[in-house]
Amino acid sequence: MTTAMGTAPLDRPPVRSRVSPVTAFRQGLILAWRNLVKLKISPAQIFVAAIQPMVLTLLFVFMFGGAIQGNRHDYLQFVLPGIIVQSMTLLTASVGTGLATDLNTGIFDRFRSMPIGRSAPLVGAILGDLVRHVISFVLVLGFGMALGFRITTDPLSTLAALALIMVFSFAMCWVSVVLGLLLKTPEAMSSIGIFALLPLTFGNNTLVATDTLPGWLQAWVKINPVTHTTDAVRALLAPKGAESAASPAIYTLLASAAILVVVVPIALRLFLRRK
Amino acid sequence: MEYAIQVEDLTKRFSDTQALAGVDFTVRPGTVLGLLGPNGSGKTTTVRILATLLKADSGRARICGYDVATEAHEVRSLLGVTGQYAAVDEKLTGMHNLVLVGRLLGLSKSAARRRSDELLERFGLTDSAGKLAGSYSGGMRRRLDLAASLVGQPSVLCLDEPTTGLDPRSRSAVWETVRGLVADGLTVLLTTQYLEEADQLADDLVVIDHGKVIAQGTADQLKAKVGGQTVEVRPADPQLLDDTLRLVTEVIGNGAPSVEGGLITAATQDPSVLPALVRRLDDAGIAVTGLALRQASLDEVFLTLTGGSDEEKRTVA
Ligand SMILES: Nc1ncnc2c1ncn2[C@@H]1O[C@H](COP(=O)(O)OP(=O)(O)OP(=O)(O)O)[C@@H](O)[C@H]1O
Ligand SMILES: [Mg+2]
Repeated sequence: MTTAMGTAPLDRPPVRSRVSPVTAFRQGLILAWRNLVKLKISPAQIFVAAIQPMVLTLLFVFMFGGAIQGNRHDYLQFVLPGIIVQSMTLLTASVGTGLATDLNTGIFDRFRSMPIGRSAPLVGAILGDLVRHVISFVLVLGFGMALGFRITTDPLSTLAALALIMVFSFAMCWVSVVLGLLLKTPEAMSSIGIFALLPLTFGNNTLVATDTLPGWLQAWVKINPVTHTTDAVRALLAPKGAESAASPAIYTLLASAAILVVVVPIALRLFLRRK
Repeated sequence: MEYAIQVEDLTKRFSDTQALAGVDFTVRPGTVLGLLGPNGSGKTTTVRILATLLKADSGRARICGYDVATEAHEVRSLLGVTGQYAAVDEKLTGMHNLVLVGRLLGLSKSAARRRSDELLERFGLTDSAGKLAGSYSGGMRRRLDLAASLVGQPSVLCLDEPTTGLDPRSRSAVWETVRGLVADGLTVLLTTQYLEEADQLADDLVVIDHGKVIAQGTADQLKAKVGGQTVEVRPADPQLLDDTLRLVTEVIGNGAPSVEGGLITAATQDPSVLPALVRRLDDAGIAVTGLALRQASLDEVFLTLTGGSDEEKRTVA
């Protein structure tokens, strides 16, 4: 080859000034593949993530089941949808943790110095994580069913429950991304970051009915989108009476949209700034 | 002529450190520039600004004519970067690392695989292609990192201390690779603390210290600039080392000769000391197995240059 005199070798695509959104999304998918390959290499990760909700289920059902609702089976029907939503909300912390890890290893420097969509690494991290959410949903639900949980609706409602959880998780992943970008280290993320998620994941009606709580806590529980997601998922999987999933589902969707509107610009700003 | 890299008066400040205080240099296409400097002199900062990872406070930098601040995307598609710390994904195999980069750059699955195979072969990593990068040795990781920055066939390559921490064999392997890349027409900016490396690879050198260029030119120009020459004498009979040393001191005067492993080394500004030394040794009947007058090594040049700037700073402060 002759000296390149500052021009590109012949087989290089022309130099562009940006990538199209479609290309950026495809790059996001490729980066999601990166996260999934890791999952394939160490599948234990996903079980570790699912063990905590499984243990919680066992604990609550067998220790408190009798005391809280008098009947273990009824309590399982009540608590499992909540544990699924709660554990999947907690699971969103892993995006931020993964991001903080990547930020410290220099691999993101490589991505950032490549001609790819600027936000592709974030999209990739989130999409990759959502796959873990689906797997974890199936695992925890399957575990609950092995313990005696019964889906009293139909498969379509079950899918709707999964879809609703995924929408909410997607929004929460962006919150986690912001935390990860702000806290910067995986250690900080797994302590402070998860602490920041606690009011959401425990200030809700997962374990006990809202009306048994003190007034100030009731107020928060009623605002907390996790409460509404849980209500919707309960209604979609194992309604006690004829309660409708529609209004808590709409609340969840609106809350997710609101979270996204606030948090996505912040995440992009934090991620894209060049110091 | 269009420069492959053009850096104009770059400055960069981190809270209390002036990392770059106005750096200028240019790199002609197809050549290697060695950016030399001691720890903390601003080498990595310069590379990161070129790689569009950092924003300069002022000044401009262009890669093949594209501005790193306003035309970052174009710059990214022309530039390959190997950072000071290997940017590989430890939880992926060597192969997956390269395929990932290839796919991100728009190669098809099979094309990405082919390119990765090619690069793994070139960097002697074929046998470890299926192992996690986290299990690689430091040298293998660096080679993988270098391979990753070549997947996109860049026109300009920035290497930040590519051989720091490598054993001599891996080091010369990296040197061979860089020579091969330059033969293919790439332009290379190489930062290093090893003078020998710069001497081996670079067409031109830029020495920076405290974020400022303190010297530039070819290796020979820099050596000439500092002006020193070194006389080396090795007596055949180690018993005569003391006598020889006395003689060298007499001839050279204030050259402050030093002895190491039977070799006497002394600095001088005057090339005519050599014939005088030969006569005196002959008269004294001292046989030598080595006698040479050579230009000061880049190491000596480097120490003189960076040491000087330290003193300057102190007197200014
Ligand atoms: N992110 C940062 N925040 C604060 N100071 C920084 C940062 N990056 C670099 N510096 C400071 O800027 C100066 C130049 O650093 P730089 O990394 O460019 O040096 P270098 O020549 O690459 O050194 P080395 O040979 O040790 O790699 C140093 O004093 C360093 O401490
Ligand atoms: Mg450095």
